[in-house]
Amino acid sequence: MTDAPMLDVPPDAPVKPPSRWRRMVESDLWYAFRTSPVAIVAFAVSTLLILSAVFAPWVAPSNPFDPASLDLMNGFTPPMTPNDFTGATFPMGTDDQGRGVFSTILYGMRISLFVGFMAVAFAMVLGITLGLIAGWAGGVVDAVIMRVADIQLTFPSILVAMLIFGIAKGVIPVQNRDDMAIWVLIIAIGLSDWVQFARVVRGATMVESRKDYVSAARLAGRRGPSILFRHILPNVLSPVLVIATISLALAIIAEATLSFLGVGAPPTQPSLGTLIRIGQDYLFSGEWWILFFPAATLLMLALSVNLLGDWLRDALNPRLR
Amino acid sequence: MSLAVVEGLTRRFDVSKPWLERVIGRQPKRSLTAVSDVSMTIEAGRTYALVGESGSGKSTIGRMVAGLLRPSEGEVRIDGEAVRAPRADVQMIFQDPYASLNPRWRVGDIVAEPARARGMEVEPGALLERVGLRAIDAQRYPHEFSGGQRQRIGVARALSSRPRLIVADEPTSALDVSVQAQVLNLMKDLQEETGIAFLLISHDLTVIRHMADVIGVLYLGRLVEEAAPATLFERPAHPYTAMLIDAAPKLDGFGREVPPPVGEIPDPIAPPPGCAYNPRCPLAIDLCRRERPALEPVGPGRAACHRAGEVRLEGVA
Repeated sequence: MTDAPMLDVPPDAPVKPPSRWRRMVESDLWYAFRTSPVAIVAFAVSTLLILSAVFAPWVAPSNPFDPASLDLMNGFTPPMTPNDFTGATFPMGTDDQGRGVFSTILYGMRISLFVGFMAVAFAMVLGITLGLIAGWAGGVVDAVIMRVADIQLTFPSILVAMLIFGIAKGVIPVQNRDDMAIWVLIIAIGLSDWVQFARVVRGATMVESRKDYVSAARLAGRRGPSILFRHILPNVLSPVLVIATISLALAIIAEATLSFLGVGAPPTQPSLGTLIRIGQDYLFSGEWWILFFPAATLLMLALSVNLLGDWLRDALNPRLR
Repeated sequence: MSLAVVEGLTRRFDVSKPWLERVIGRQPKRSLTAVSDVSMTIEAGRTYALVGESGSGKSTIGRMVAGLLRPSEGEVRIDGEAVRAPRADVQMIFQDPYASLNPRWRVGDIVAEPARARGMEVEPGALLERVGLRAIDAQRYPHEFSGGQRQRIGVARALSSRPRLIVADEPTSALDVSVQAQVLNLMKDLQEETGIAFLLISHDLTVIRHMADVIGVLYLGRLVEEAAPATLFERPAHPYTAMLIDAAPKLDGFGREVPPPVGEIPDPIAPPPGCAYNPRCPLAIDLCRRERPALEPVGPGRAACHRAGEVRLEGVA
């Protein structure tokens, strides 16, 4: 019980409420984190990967998309071995055009993470808004929103994404396609992902809106939108945090899948999925590193984020303690 | 001076199944009458107490008076004006001190909201001090307080928009007995200082007796008796009131044989014809099963009973 220490304080003592930092350090969540080796490792790996992607221009040995820095003679250099012609060494080897695989991974991860974060953000905004409205309004509005969600769920998310991709391809002129590809990806993945946010938020909203603090807000003279966003939203967010983390891992995988299938990030802006697709061409001719390292990075990224999400779900669920 | 006039107040809830199920199952619409034709007057600066079993419609009346629920028929008038939405001068204290405070808000913001939402100036610290908390508590979150303290926060919030009437819906039933008196005395003090009127809703006869100027007894959504505490507890005019008083444990009655109340409150979806109390009433006659009695003056109070003159308390007689 967190309120126990407060009762020991004599009533007239001028007590300062604990600072934000102290509250965080003493919180259950921090304790659960400290005592879970899996969570610590997952957090460390995902933070390392995310930071190295964000700071790729400073971390990467070369910019793989700057033609001036490329030398075709460096093509197909195996990892940690000097090139036969130029003598240059690459930590993870090079691909067919002499780009260092390590550098392309760092830059590719930027695209993957950007698409992942943006897609989850888009799904969250859409799902939370629709979920709040459905849970608050009830009746016909609720029925319509949730039936649309049900129908959405009957399509596999990859199919939805490909459908949107196909439509976008028809609508967007050819010269803009590569620029738009990333945004189409974000919308496609986000649209196939909003349902779970909407469901969770709707359920939580229905529970919260029957509580007396909502009646109190109405008595205070607040109306629907203000009650929804100022009172109910902060109280339905903790399950959303869990879903968002797990969704991030799924969105990164979905992006890789679409890019692998050739309907995602273009070769000029390759994501991890695009790199895997390119690398696949060389797997059977012995240049395994072009496929292996992007694939291993994708695995580590998705796994660590997913483990973090799983841990968060357990840590926030009081029934599992 | 009458502050709030309740006239012919009726509230029905739709309890039918979802329409698709209803159409397929060929079931009729069903409605539950939670409050049926209740009329009463709340005087300024006084406490009107509503008492009744759970399901008797006490809270529904409270929420209609506060403007949180629309009546199906009849109306609540304040200053001659029908209440259709929440108002600054009618506030509420809720039963559950845990669910009635937003856990993500600081106490200062919670307490100030009824005033701030209407553009009124308010000092949260001063409000908290008025209910016996400290001004510094405004920085805290609700989970840092005990049940009794939280209920004080609820009282402070209700005071914030300077109400003339506070609907207190079971304000003490979630509290420890030792804390109940503190909250009740706080309410009494506030009434003496500021002349606030209370509509006190409770099932606890001790609380009611301690607080009320006028008591209304509800049974199945109907007002069956209304009287001042002295009259009601000494000379109940309705057999249901007599049963309630007899059923309550008394300090002087150790070892006394108390006949347990017979039966249960009927189904409000299909209430019995005539007087709602007739299936449980020891005095019921044929008339009671045919005709619903009107609330008429009996002695100093009012009662809705065909045999009001013949009611006796077991403990007294």
